[in-house]
Amino acid sequence: MSEMFIAKGDFPAIIERLMSRYRVYAPVKNGRYYDFAALKEAGAADLGFKNTRVSPKGVLYPQAERMFEYSLAKDDPEVNIVKETPKDFSPQVILGIRPCDAKGFKLDDANFCSDKFKDPWWAQRREATTLIGLACNTPSSTCFCTTVNTGPFDTTGLDAMLVDTGDGYALQVLTEKGKNVLGIVDLKPAPAQVAGKIEELKAGAEKSIPTAFDPAAIAQKETLEIFNAPFWDEIHFGCLNCGTCTFLCPTCWCFDIQDEVQEGTKGDRLRLWDSCMFSLFTFHGSGHNPRSQKVQRVRQRFMHKLKYYQDKYGTGTACVGCGRCVQACPVNIDIRQVGRILGSGCSCPA
Amino acid sequence: MQAYTEKIREAAKRLLAEKKVDVVIGFRKGTMPLMNEPFQARTPEQADLLVWDGNCGINLANYLPKRTEKIAIVAKGCDSRNISIQILENQIKREQLYILGAPCKGMTDKRKIQDELEGKEIFQAEEAGGQVKVSGRDFEKTFNRSEYLQENCAVCLHRNPVISDEMLGEPVQEQQVECYEDIKQIEAMTPEEKRKHFDALIEPCIRCYACRSACPACYCPTCFVDESKPQWVGKTTDPTDTRTFHFLRAFHVAGRCSDCGSCERACPVGIKVRQFTKKLEKEVKELYGYEAGMVQDLRPPLDVYRPDDPEPFL
Repeated sequence: MSEMFIAKGDFPAIIERLMSRYRVYAPVKNGRYYDFAALKEAGAADLGFKNTRVSPKGVLYPQAERMFEYSLAKDDPEVNIVKETPKDFSPQVILGIRPCDAKGFKLDDANFCSDKFKDPWWAQRREATTLIGLACNTPSSTCFCTTVNTGPFDTTGLDAMLVDTGDGYALQVLTEKGKNVLGIVDLKPAPAQVAGKIEELKAGAEKSIPTAFDPAAIAQKETLEIFNAPFWDEIHFGCLNCGTCTFLCPTCWCFDIQDEVQEGTKGDRLRLWDSCMFSLFTFHGSGHNPRSQKVQRVRQRFMHKLKYYQDKYGTGTACVGCGRCVQACPVNIDIRQVGRILGSGCSCPA
Repeated sequence: MQAYTEKIREAAKRLLAEKKVDVVIGFRKGTMPLMNEPFQARTPEQADLLVWDGNCGINLANYLPKRTEKIAIVAKGCDSRNISIQILENQIKREQLYILGAPCKGMTDKRKIQDELEGKEIFQAEEAGGQVKVSGRDFEKTFNRSEYLQENCAVCLHRNPVISDEMLGEPVQEQQVECYEDIKQIEAMTPEEKRKHFDALIEPCIRCYACRSACPACYCPTCFVDESKPQWVGKTTDPTDTRTFHFLRAFHVAGRCSDCGSCERACPVGIKVRQFTKKLEKEVKELYGYEAGMVQDLRPPLDVYRPDDPEPFL
């Protein structure tokens, strides 16, 4: 679709205009790291970020969400009736989301919003959310999006995309949703030379990202051959089984459901992010735990991302190459290295 | 400290070849700058991957509890103290272990270095002669490592291993430093100020439990956060739940914490979790004259009873 242009000086006014109609999430610096936060003032948005520490999945799928509530008071006429907790599905915008994270939402849709199954809250928030992305001119050394079927200028998951051209942002409007949201702001057409500049930035960014491993080679391998391979002993050793990788990941969607009862008279049914790194994750009511060992849990995470998802959906890995887990793993377990080992069947150095 | 690399490899090959141990636990070079990965060598060939430098901050005692093989392990001062605690608490037997003692000059705090770079990304880091040279796109900068140590290392009073079977180098000089400066500042606060301080401190917590998982004193078969019958702590990110987790965790390691800093190093959002544990370490030292892991025949004070135990807090 059409290409527009926003001078950097005009950008805060544009954000304010969007804020007048929508709840706008944007990268905000919080201490040392960035988060996607609902803006209270346009000036807090800082598009000078590389990426946020935690992925924006929490905007659509909060880490802790009250799903239902109920009364346990005997004299309450509605005792023991589980009622859905009211939720806010008003229209919102995620501004500055990176192409990889937007692609991540598409992968999450396979779980939360398919033809067969619909998670009502994910689906409604997804519908209410417009993604105005920001292309990556200078990817990080930990980025490997081009390995996993996306890229620094990939528009597949976005409704509109900004490209920082130095003095301003070129804006490509990509969907009807994007067109409707951006219809409320005054935009100028991009000067003629901008298209060439975008191509140049895109080529430079893509060139700077090396290929990390070969997902197709992993897809072709026999599942059991990889599952039973001896290299897991080496891959898993350092893992602490903390939840850092899964909680920062844009495509880790697993959750736990818990009831919390307050003072014996009322209760909440909560949905909470869970992690396959925790032994409780697979702990059965019977006391049996099919993944009681660390090596089984580590294997599960990488097999799910790099093998099972590929086998089940045939649309590539369940990883968008954002590199968060690579950056934040306290013991430097590197999914790129694991991908190489799974593809080659050998734990020899790359 | 890099000179240890060759000595570790030599010792590892010897111990594996002579079948004195089944594995050697150390570090191999990480894929990320200023990071190494905990690694166990099972063969003399794998021993050649072992390395040592200022990026070996995670406490290797983590990898010991309940193991049955014979194990050689590289241990800094703090690691050796946690190994002592684990031996006292019957998590591992002394005779199973062959400890390669690594006198330590402190571990590099990569976040502190990153803070100096105005958001520029480090592609490579080299350590030599007490300095770290980092470089990235269009920049190169050198730092004196001693000024960029993990905070616990900067105030460490026990850099030399307390137990070992073989030393990798001469003992280093212990530091003469005031180690409770930040704790004293918090102690001087009013209760209201303390509450605000701690609430702000743990506000970014995502409840990933990396602090617990990286802790060599946290080896319970079922951690209290994973107990479901009864459930001790709520799993949400509500401030009450997060507070409960951090307070309980800190109390659970009181008198058993060596201030190795693994918790703080592991935290993905950079919370200074040591502010809890360091306070309790100070209390235990003042009340009981006990420092975790410094002696091999006295269990931590909070799991023994003595009629003359101090009780000013009762």
